[in-house]
Amino acid sequence: MSEADDRVHLTHEHALHLLREMTRIRRFEEKCAELYSGSKIRGFLHLYIGEEANAVGVMQALTEEDAVVATYREHGHALARGLPMNEVMAEMFGKASGSSGGRGGSMHIFSARHRFYGGNAIVAGGLPLAVGLALADKMQGRDRVTCCFFGEGAAAEGEFHEAMNLAALWKLPVLFVCENNLYAMGTALARSESNTDIRAHAAVFGMESEIVDGMDVVAVEAAARRAVHAVRRGEGPRFLETRTYRFRAHSMFDPDLYRPKEEVEEWRKKGPIVRFTDWILGTRLVHPDHVAALENEIAEEIGAAVAFAEEAPWEPVEELTRDVTTPRGAEVTA
Amino acid sequence: MSGTRRITYREAVREALREALTRDDRVFLMGEDVGAYGGAYACSLGLLDEFGDDRIRNTPLAESGFTGAGIGAALGGMRPIVEIMTINFSLLALDQIVNNAATIRHMSGGQFSVPLVIRMATGAGRQLAAQHSHSLEGWFAHVPGLRVVAPATVADARGMLWTALQDPDPVVIMEHATLYNEEGDVPEDEDLAVDLDRAAIRRAGDAATIVTYSANLKKALAATDELAGEGIECEIIDLRSLRPLDDQTIMTSIAKTHRAVIVDEGWRSGSLAAEISARIQEQAFYELDAPVERVCSVEVPIPYPQHLEQAAIPQPHAIAAAVRKTLRR
Ligand SMILES: Cc1ncc(C[n+]2csc(CCOP(=O)(O)OP(=O)(O)O)c2C)c(N)n1
Ligand SMILES: [Mg+2]
Repeated sequence: MSEADDRVHLTHEHALHLLREMTRIRRFEEKCAELYSGSKIRGFLHLYIGEEANAVGVMQALTEEDAVVATYREHGHALARGLPMNEVMAEMFGKASGSSGGRGGSMHIFSARHRFYGGNAIVAGGLPLAVGLALADKMQGRDRVTCCFFGEGAAAEGEFHEAMNLAALWKLPVLFVCENNLYAMGTALARSESNTDIRAHAAVFGMESEIVDGMDVVAVEAAARRAVHAVRRGEGPRFLETRTYRFRAHSMFDPDLYRPKEEVEEWRKKGPIVRFTDWILGTRLVHPDHVAALENEIAEEIGAAVAFAEEAPWEPVEELTRDVTTPRGAEVTA
Repeated sequence: MSGTRRITYREAVREALREALTRDDRVFLMGEDVGAYGGAYACSLGLLDEFGDDRIRNTPLAESGFTGAGIGAALGGMRPIVEIMTINFSLLALDQIVNNAATIRHMSGGQFSVPLVIRMATGAGRQLAAQHSHSLEGWFAHVPGLRVVAPATVADARGMLWTALQDPDPVVIMEHATLYNEEGDVPEDEDLAVDLDRAAIRRAGDAATIVTYSANLKKALAATDELAGEGIECEIIDLRSLRPLDDQTIMTSIAKTHRAVIVDEGWRSGSLAAEISARIQEQAFYELDAPVERVCSVEVPIPYPQHLEQAAIPQPHAIAAAVRKTLRR
């Protein structure tokens, strides 16, 4: 990869692409919230609304060969990674045509085709997995990066520190992306961390890090490109802290009582989609007609995804115990 | 049959590791002090020099971190062997084992398998007290998505690792700490692989069936020697695989003996012995001529003084007494 790839080339096409990706996630999740109220989607549903610039920005820096490990708040990551919206929506419904065959639901989206390793609902549980995936790449001499997303709440878990140490100790090709949205459920960062500077944890292991405005998709892309580039050069793991905010409650069960409404409103003004749209329209990089067209296309895509999920079959109960273990003689995906 | 060789259980484990590392370059060993120290129980002694520190990968004290890394590496195409010093420490890795290794196949709709082997030392008998001596095999055997095996003999210790590595799913190998110094015979043959699907009948008899696993096999054998003197010939089943259980071998034996004694170093409440007992009553109730007997550990944390430790765990005389009870003798 050349040094030039380190920079963001904000052409008309790329600007539209970034806007499209963020808007797809936003509209998809708005639809999910609606479907939740209509009982089509059940269980936990953690919306990413407000944080779209993070997944979209970071994914620009990854190639198809790279791997992604995410959390339960991963619809955005899955879509930005390129999983078909139909499959993701069907997974939300729990249908057999879903990305995990409906088995995982909202929190456990997996896709071998996209090297998307979940969908982990244990806070910090994905970090050791990412370390292992990167270890396998390093031991087999493959030039791939594993990108691991998690919230700032993970920084209080032991697995976070264990995994960061291992990655740094063994100089593994991992990009750790901490999406710092200031709250872990209802617990504000200052209520859980003696040192609220999350990056300090990376510094302990001698890991280079950067803080980036997670509401600015171009800034995230640029920072991710710098970090991924360094990881790919064999410099060992990097840590990226994105400063972001979720506009919705933690999950659909959360009455959102722990933060002032004004705070949410302030952040909404800095929303990644409004801000980026204003900017690309202002600089005339994109024409308002393009934005309108894009919204229409997305509405169609979502309509089709919902129809697909509605029509998709349920997994027959007879298959309940299929794939608890691997059938003898089956190919092992790796 | 070609000849046999006499080696220790520890040597058997080491040979098995060496064989695996030699035959498959995706295999590597990872754990605390597996490198220069040679493993807490000296199983990997010398392997660092032979295979280098990439493949004899010494880890920091981070059970969850490196076990999870083993799962990730398995997903990434390697065949890792993770060594956890003792089963008590594996509790720090339970999240990764139960929430990731055991779930990923099913939860992903069959997209990913986790071909990982985890080895750990278990059990009491070395006066290591309450944080190094427990038998929690049953906890692991409770979890769908895992396979749990316990080599009771030197030959099984030699052969099971390779079989475990051929399994596409996570396999936990339980090595009882009192077995490492035991000597036993292993076949000279090239192919030492052990059939993990079948329990082994270690002694044939028709008076009663003793079902056991791991180090308690020795104690069961000692008990049956005592009983043979009284004209009582017992059959001994060594489970080998704790999950899945080989019900068929157990029920076939009970159809012959009509009596069952289960010997398990786990605590009685909620034990593997309880599970086996329930299965016998579900599947062979009308074969039974006496209630199923269980010889388990006393429900205390394993104490340090030798007399108390020995009093806490199954002993041959208690096994013999349980057998007599099923015979009303
Ligand atoms: C090990 C563990 N403990 C607790 C929970 C319950 N829980 C789910 S999400 C969450 C908050 C995590 O916050 P953060 O890591 O900041 O991510 P965010 O939800 O803000 O994206 C908690 C406590 C969990 N899923 N896993
Ligand atoms: Mg958070």
